[in-house]
Amino acid sequence: MTTLRTLVAYVEDKPGVLNRVASLFRRRGYNIASLNVGRTHDSGVSRMTIVVEGDAGVAQLMEANLYKLVNVLSVQDITDCPAVVRDMALIKIEVPAERRAEALQLVEVFHARVVDISPGTLIAEITGSPDKIEAFVEVLKPYGISEMVQTGRIAMTRGVEGEASRISHGQNSETVVTAA
Amino acid sequence: MTASPISSKQVAAPAIVVNQASASATATADSSAVELTQVCTGSEILWETLIREGVSVMFGYPGGAIMPAYDALPKFPQLHHVLVRHEQGAAHAAEGYSRASGKVGVAVATSGPGATNLTTGIANAMLDSIPIVCITGQVASPLLGSDAFQEVDITGVTLPITKHNFLVTRPEDIMQAVREAFYIAMSGRPGPVVVDITKDALQKSANFKWDDTPVRLPGYRPEHKPLPTDLQRAVEMIHSAKKPIIFAGHGVVRAGATGLLLELVRKTDIPVAATLLGLTGFPASNPRALGMMGMHGEAWVNKAIQESDLIVALGMRFDDRVTGNLKTYAPKAKKIHVELDPAEVNKLVHVDLPLIGDVREILQMLLPFVEYRDRTDWLTHIDTLRGKSAVIDIKHMPDNGKLFAAHVIHDLWRLTEGKAIVVTDVGQHQMWEAQYYRHDFPNKLITSGGLGTMGFALPAALGARFACPDEEIWVIAGDGGFQMTQAELQTLVQEGLKVNIAIINNGYLGMVRQWQQFFYGGRYVATPMSSPDYVKLADAHGLVGLRVTKRSEVDAAVRRARELPGTVIIDFRVEQLDSVYPMVPAGADLDAMIRRPEPVVEEAEHNPIYETGKDD
Repeated sequence: MTTLRTLVAYVEDKPGVLNRVASLFRRRGYNIASLNVGRTHDSGVSRMTIVVEGDAGVAQLMEANLYKLVNVLSVQDITDCPAVVRDMALIKIEVPAERRAEALQLVEVFHARVVDISPGTLIAEITGSPDKIEAFVEVLKPYGISEMVQTGRIAMTRGVEGEASRISHGQNSETVVTAA
Repeated sequence: MTASPISSKQVAAPAIVVNQASASATATADSSAVELTQVCTGSEILWETLIREGVSVMFGYPGGAIMPAYDALPKFPQLHHVLVRHEQGAAHAAEGYSRASGKVGVAVATSGPGATNLTTGIANAMLDSIPIVCITGQVASPLLGSDAFQEVDITGVTLPITKHNFLVTRPEDIMQAVREAFYIAMSGRPGPVVVDITKDALQKSANFKWDDTPVRLPGYRPEHKPLPTDLQRAVEMIHSAKKPIIFAGHGVVRAGATGLLLELVRKTDIPVAATLLGLTGFPASNPRALGMMGMHGEAWVNKAIQESDLIVALGMRFDDRVTGNLKTYAPKAKKIHVELDPAEVNKLVHVDLPLIGDVREILQMLLPFVEYRDRTDWLTHIDTLRGKSAVIDIKHMPDNGKLFAAHVIHDLWRLTEGKAIVVTDVGQHQMWEAQYYRHDFPNKLITSGGLGTMGFALPAALGARFACPDEEIWVIAGDGGFQMTQAELQTLVQEGLKVNIAIINNGYLGMVRQWQQFFYGGRYVATPMSSPDYVKLADAHGLVGLRVTKRSEVDAAVRRARELPGTVIIDFRVEQLDSVYPMVPAGADLDAMIRRPEPVVEEAEHNPIYETGKDD
C-alpha cells in the first residue's frame, strides 16, 4: 500500500532551486503527489511542501538527499506531527439560474464560498483538507464541472514545534547529528 | 624520467598586485584591515581566484566563449595549462590529478560542445566522489536561452551529475562562485562542481577584493558526527560478533584511514574485504586481508560475507557490483555502516547501526574501546574456504608459450615491487589488475569504479603525472578503452611526460565478449575489435612502442619501458578468449559464482590458469 509522506523544506529563493528539488525526486525515482512552493516572511527563503509517495524509509532517504542540495536550508518530515494541512481549489460549475440557490446552499454546507457568478456559471473557492475538497468535487459533479484548479498541499505543524525545527535544522534521525 | 611537470608543491603567489587603499574611515582603531581592491576583468578574477585556491595546473581546451579567459592567461604564469586533445580528457585528467594529489582538480572548456564533452568525466567524478571543478565558458548573458551558437544549458545538463553548479553572469560574482565551488567540491563527501561563466562576465570588469574568510553556505552541512551511544553500541556489536568481517571502501582511502584500520584489525583480529576502490585502503599482504569482494571478488570472500554475523562497512555504499542479489545478501549479518553521506544509509541494504561521519574520525573514536576477542574458529573457517576455492597461483603455472593477462599484471606487480601508481581503464584488465596487482600502499590505484568509464586511464594518468612527478606510473588499458582516448598520447608528448602504458590487447571488447560467452549464447556481436599497430602508433607520436607475445618477453619489455626516459607503449598480445573468474552474474546471489573451469589434464594448456589451492 502506498502511503503519502509530507515533507516541509525551507530553500533559498534562487533561480533553479525548484528544478534542483524536482530533478532530485525524478532522478531517484520517487513520485511527487504534490509540490507547493512560495515565499515566506524571510526574504530570500522559500518554503516547499512536498507530498511524496512512499513509507517513512523513503521519506528519510529523500530528506537526506534534499539536505545534500546546497540551496536547501532545512527539511522536516511532518507526516506524523500534528499539523494543519490545507489545499485550495477553484471550481467552475455550470449552473442555470433556476438551480443557483441550491448550488449556493451546497457551497455553504462545505464552508466554501462563491467568488464569481455569471449567467450560466459560478466559481466556488474551497480551502481545506484534501478529503474535504474531494467530497466537495463529488457533490458538484452532477452540475457539470467546466474547470477546476487546485493548489498543492501546504502544511504547518501545530504549536511551536514547526518553528523550532526550522531553527535547529533537525535531521529527523536519532542516528544523524549535524556537527556544529 | 625526463619530464618535470610543474611541481604540485610549488606555492603560487598571487599575480595581481593589489593596491593598498587607505583604511576606510569607519575602521576601528584596532582594525588593521585595509581595502585591497583593484579593477580586474572577469577573466583575471577567475585565474587569480584559482591561484589563491592553490591551483597550479589545469587541463583544458579553448573555444569561443572561454577565449577572453585564455587571452588573460599569460598574465598568470603560475598557472600551467595543459592542452588536452578532447575535453573528456580534461575532466579525466583533472580527476587523475585530484586522486593522486588529494587536491581539487581543474578542467576548463568552452561552451556548448566543449562543456558537453566534459560530462562523461564529470559523471565519473560524481560516482567516485572525486573533487574537481570544471570551468566552462558560456555565451554572453543577453544571448542566454536564445539557442545561440554553441549554447548549451550546461548547468541544466550537469544538474544530476554534479554536487552543485553555478551559472555566473557578472564579473563581480566570479570570485565567490569559484571559492564556493572549491569548498563544496572538497568538503564532506567530495564531488564535481561546474562553474559556468558567460563570455560578457569574463570580458567586463569589476572590483576584485580577495575574501579569504571561510566560505559559509547556510544550507550546506557536510560534516556529521555519530552519537556517543551509537559508538558504544558499535563496540558491543563488534565484541559479541563471532563471525565478523570488515569492509574497506573508498572512504578508507580518501580519509587516509589505512593506519587506523590496521590498528583496528590488530586489536580485533577481524578479517578485511575490500571494494574495488577500497583495495589500496588495506595492504594486500596483511594476513587479515581477504581481497576484493563482489562480482569478480574471490570466492572465499563472497562466501565469508554470506556466512558472516557482522559486517562493519567502512566508507562504501553497497554498490550492486558488491552485493549481488540484495534479497539474499549477507542474510545472517548485522550491519554497521560507517559512512559520511547520510543519503547512503539504508539506500540499498538495511543497516542495523549507521555511524554517520568521517571514517578516520570514527575509527579514532572506536579504537580506544574495542578489545580483542578470540576468533580462531572463524579465521580458520575462512582459511578453509580459501583453500578450497583459491583461485590461482600463476607463478606456479608452467610457461606453455601463451601469454595471459594475469601473467602480464603479475609480472608488472613483481617488477614494480607493487609500488607504482597504477591507472586502469575499464573491463577485464581492470578486474585482473584488481586480482593480480597486490596493492600494499594506499591510494596507488586510480580506476573508474562507479561509472565504469572506458577511456579513463590514459587521461587520468596524465593528470596523476602532474600530481606525482617523481613516481612510477603505469597505465593498464584494454585495446578497446585505449582507442577511445588515445589522442591524449600527443598531450603527453607535448608536455614531455613519461608514463608507461600496458595495453592488454586481446582483440575483443573482452568483458562484453565474456558476458556474451556466459549469458548470450556465445554470440560475439560487435565485440571483435581490430587495433592499429601500436608500435607504429607509438612511433608516429615519437614514442617507443614494444610488442610482447610470449610470457618470456614480458620481463624484458617491462624493464625496458621503466628504463627509457619517455612514454612507452607495450602492446601485450594476450590470449583472446580468456575470462575473468570467478564471476557473480549480475543480480545473482553473491555466493552463486561462475568458477574457473576445472583444469583437464590433457587440455591443461587451454586452461588459462590452474587452480592450485594456494594463494602465494
